[in-house]
Amino acid sequence: MATVQISLPLPVLPQGWTAEKDFKPIGSLSAANDRNIEPVGHHFLAHARRKRHKRTFSEDDRIQAQANVKKVEDEDDGEISEPEDPLMLQREAKDWKGQDHYAVLGITKYRWRATEDQIKKAHRKKVLKHHPDKKAAKGGTEDDQFFKCIQKATEVLLDPVKRRQFDSVDEAADVEPPSKKESQKGNFYKLWGKVFESEGRFSTNQPVPKLGNDKSTKEDVENFYNFWYNFDSWRTFEYLDEDVPDDNENRDQKRHVERKNQNARRKKKTEDTARLRKLVDDCLALDERIKKFRQAENAHKNKRRLEKEAEQKRLAEEAAKAKEEEARLQAEKEAAEKAEKAEGKKAKEAAKNAAKKNKRVIRAAVKDGNYFASGDASASQIDAALNDVDAIIVKLDNEQIAALTAKLNGKKDAAGIKQVFQEEVKSLIAAGKAQEGELKSLA
Amino acid sequence: MSAENDPAQRVAIGISFGNSYSSIAYTTGEGKAEVIANEDGDRQIPSFLSYVGGEELHGGQAKAQIVRNAKNTVAYFRDFLGQEFKSIDPTAAHQSAHPVQHESTVAFKIQDTEEDKENEVTVADITSRHLKRLRQSASDYLGKQVTAAVVTVPTNFSDAQKSALNKAAKEAGIEVLQFINEPVAAVLAYDARPDAKLADKIVVVADLGGTRSDVAVIASRGGIYTILATVHDYEVTGLKLDQVLMDYFAKEFLKKNKSATDPREDTRGLAKLKLECEAVKKALSIGSSANFSVESLVSGIDFTATINRTRYDLLGNKLFAAFSRLVLHAVEKAQLDPLDVTEIILAGGNAHTPKVAATVGAAFPESTTILAPSTNPSAINPSELPVRGAAIQASLIEEFDLEDIEQSTHPMVTVTPHLSQAIGVLCISGEESSGIFHPIVDAETSLPVRRTAIIATPREGGDVLIKLAEGSRHIKVTKPEPKPKKEKDEDDEDDSDEDDESDEEEELREKTWKVGKILSEAAIRGVKKGGKVEVQINIGADLGVNAIYREVGGKGGVRGIIQGSKAANGSA
Repeated sequence: MATVQISLPLPVLPQGWTAEKDFKPIGSLSAANDRNIEPVGHHFLAHARRKRHKRTFSEDDRIQAQANVKKVEDEDDGEISEPEDPLMLQREAKDWKGQDHYAVLGITKYRWRATEDQIKKAHRKKVLKHHPDKKAAKGGTEDDQFFKCIQKATEVLLDPVKRRQFDSVDEAADVEPPSKKESQKGNFYKLWGKVFESEGRFSTNQPVPKLGNDKSTKEDVENFYNFWYNFDSWRTFEYLDEDVPDDNENRDQKRHVERKNQNARRKKKTEDTARLRKLVDDCLALDERIKKFRQAENAHKNKRRLEKEAEQKRLAEEAAKAKEEEARLQAEKEAAEKAEKAEGKKAKEAAKNAAKKNKRVIRAAVKDGNYFASGDASASQIDAALNDVDAIIVKLDNEQIAALTAKLNGKKDAAGIKQVFQEEVKSLIAAGKAQEGELKSLA
Repeated sequence: MSAENDPAQRVAIGISFGNSYSSIAYTTGEGKAEVIANEDGDRQIPSFLSYVGGEELHGGQAKAQIVRNAKNTVAYFRDFLGQEFKSIDPTAAHQSAHPVQHESTVAFKIQDTEEDKENEVTVADITSRHLKRLRQSASDYLGKQVTAAVVTVPTNFSDAQKSALNKAAKEAGIEVLQFINEPVAAVLAYDARPDAKLADKIVVVADLGGTRSDVAVIASRGGIYTILATVHDYEVTGLKLDQVLMDYFAKEFLKKNKSATDPREDTRGLAKLKLECEAVKKALSIGSSANFSVESLVSGIDFTATINRTRYDLLGNKLFAAFSRLVLHAVEKAQLDPLDVTEIILAGGNAHTPKVAATVGAAFPESTTILAPSTNPSAINPSELPVRGAAIQASLIEEFDLEDIEQSTHPMVTVTPHLSQAIGVLCISGEESSGIFHPIVDAETSLPVRRTAIIATPREGGDVLIKLAEGSRHIKVTKPEPKPKKEKDEDDEDDSDEDDESDEEEELREKTWKVGKILSEAAIRGVKKGGKVEVQINIGADLGVNAIYREVGGKGGVRGIIQGSKAANGSA
């Protein structure tokens, strides 16, 4: 906040004004209103910081300033803190191909991740420390071998092409894949994750997907393995080339070495591709997630199949049941019909027998009734009476015969019998089954 | 994957999600907010979604569908989110898909799939689809997946609405870092400009939007903002301005085509009329006249007409006046006077209209700066204000943990005591009656606060008396004098010269200070000739004042402490 500039002059101190330490508190502030301030802007952030950490303005200023200063220092001493191997310091500059450039510059913890800026800073620090003139001034020998190593390392690392060639064969940056036993101990993701992170440095396509963890989705996992099976690597093996003789004396020799180098590079590249493929294969074989996904998929598929089968079974059962039911009903029906038929026959027979018996009773009754004649019946009378009764019997159906029989039963007197027959004849005439005068003996 | 919640991996943008338009912005490496254009090249992306045969259209393309496919086009849905059906106002959505009740929330019946059947899509789903498209546009532009955002909301957005919006955003893959109020975002957008100076000021943010207008009075004190009052209005809106133009052109059309039907009574005609009127309105903000041209407005008749800005200003006069009344009302609600207002920031798409700025400007004294494109060439595009503020806030808190943000925005931190009276020194004379009060800390400043002032001393130097006092602001009204004197005084309004007058025939209003309670007296002895005195005041949250007085460049100085009045007042 800018200071308030007030151009009006302050009043002159009145005569005789005194106070302890020249300050006199008189009143106090009016009560404040509580309001919500808006949580936006960096001034608010500062306010929040002060309030949450209970700092005053000046305290906060000081702490912030200190925090800023510290950050710079941290960055600075981060790079020179790597100890230097005394063996390395004795290296000969001509063996530069064998040296670890990152170790020479003291940035082994960054390696291929080191930025150009970091390399430059590291170089500067090393130069300040190992400059041959400084050594000479200290009274040492004029040994500038390690200094040359430093220069060579910087030259390689600051040239993007040379740096890639060196990074390609920088074995110290490789992470060995864990053994089967190790990766089954529960830190599969941690161990293999590191492997793939280091292998990922050769990828032309960045960023490289991460191995993830056991909670990764199927999509992520598939994506990961697809990436690694289609890996596009920029790794080259020129760095390991045999030195090509550059004297112009023997062209054939030169060409031979070149060809040999080419072949060696190609061979190494093929080997590397195979190695990577095997690595991914190994990882895939050990990856629990693949199994998990397959199981989940199978479970899903099985569930569907089982459901389908159960459904079919149920349908078949239902069909069989229906068929059985139908057959049962049919059989029952047939049996019933048969029984009915047999019953009918029996009844008929019985009826026939009864009719026969009844007819006999009726005929006997005619005889008992003295053939409807008064006194001894003549042969013609007997004949006529019997004929008439027969005619009646023919005209009557079984039931009527039975009824007639019932009426005749127990009647012994001729008049009663005759009356019964006469009534029967009347009812027959009334029913129109017989004509008047047809049955003369019963008239 | 899990990296999405990692603050270091976060890509945060600012989102302004409005009823009519939405916008997205990010902050560049240099700390400048840039508004992102979507694939159609729009920086103001209409908050529209339209479905044609299962395909989702968004933004401007969806808006064009309002003519042929109104039933499957969803618009103006922001205010429906997190609300119950009974409490929403569906007027604005009349020409698009109508909201229907769906359980306890609001939904739209639209054909959003290839099948020929209507689905009920809740407003939360619509919002999430809309945000997903915004996120996609931003991700495409930035080249990396956006995972988080600061979202602006109106000041009267309820917690239910916020949580609904938060949920919808999560659904769309956006982690909402913070909700910030639209007017405050607008102030932040202005204050984050590199040439902005920190000052104590009263800012009015007047947002004339499409479906609503909101006015907020904000006290900006050293970069800390406090909202003093807000006013919301759903009558004075941009859509009403469109309506005015629609009525005008419909009448013109009927005049020319006597037998034709009223385009306002034909659904398609109305939609075409509306789209074109909005375009005309925008054109009139830039040029002084605009062409209205619609093919087949109604029953195959083409219609072309021209309108000039004066005509438009006349037509919309009522609404402009109503808007400026609204702004005045907000100032009144904050118990302030127009003279107290330092700045008016006009926001919202309709703030492009020059007449809006002119009308509001006329209602305020000349000391008030109107920040609108027509009055101030350096003004920020008013449509982009909130989103810029949001983007700046997003860049500030991007690296914080969610929990950290939550704690910082907790009422424990945000509720602070604010001074009820200004505190300043008495100049010229130590007597309360004749001394002139000059404020150092204004009223409504949040506590604790630290301020420094440099004060001139009498020409001859010597011993000076510094009297700290409370002061209250008064509006002095003077009747116009018969013979007004010419005055060229253009000092800022803090300099309350007694003889500040202008030659208008109106009564003269000016800001004066009335000395209140005297807080303390202190003396600096032996000030050099032409020397200055520096006063630093620290006011704690307990209302205790710690004052340091010293001569600029001099040694030593006087320190004094005024005890916090909380304890003192308790006994009195």
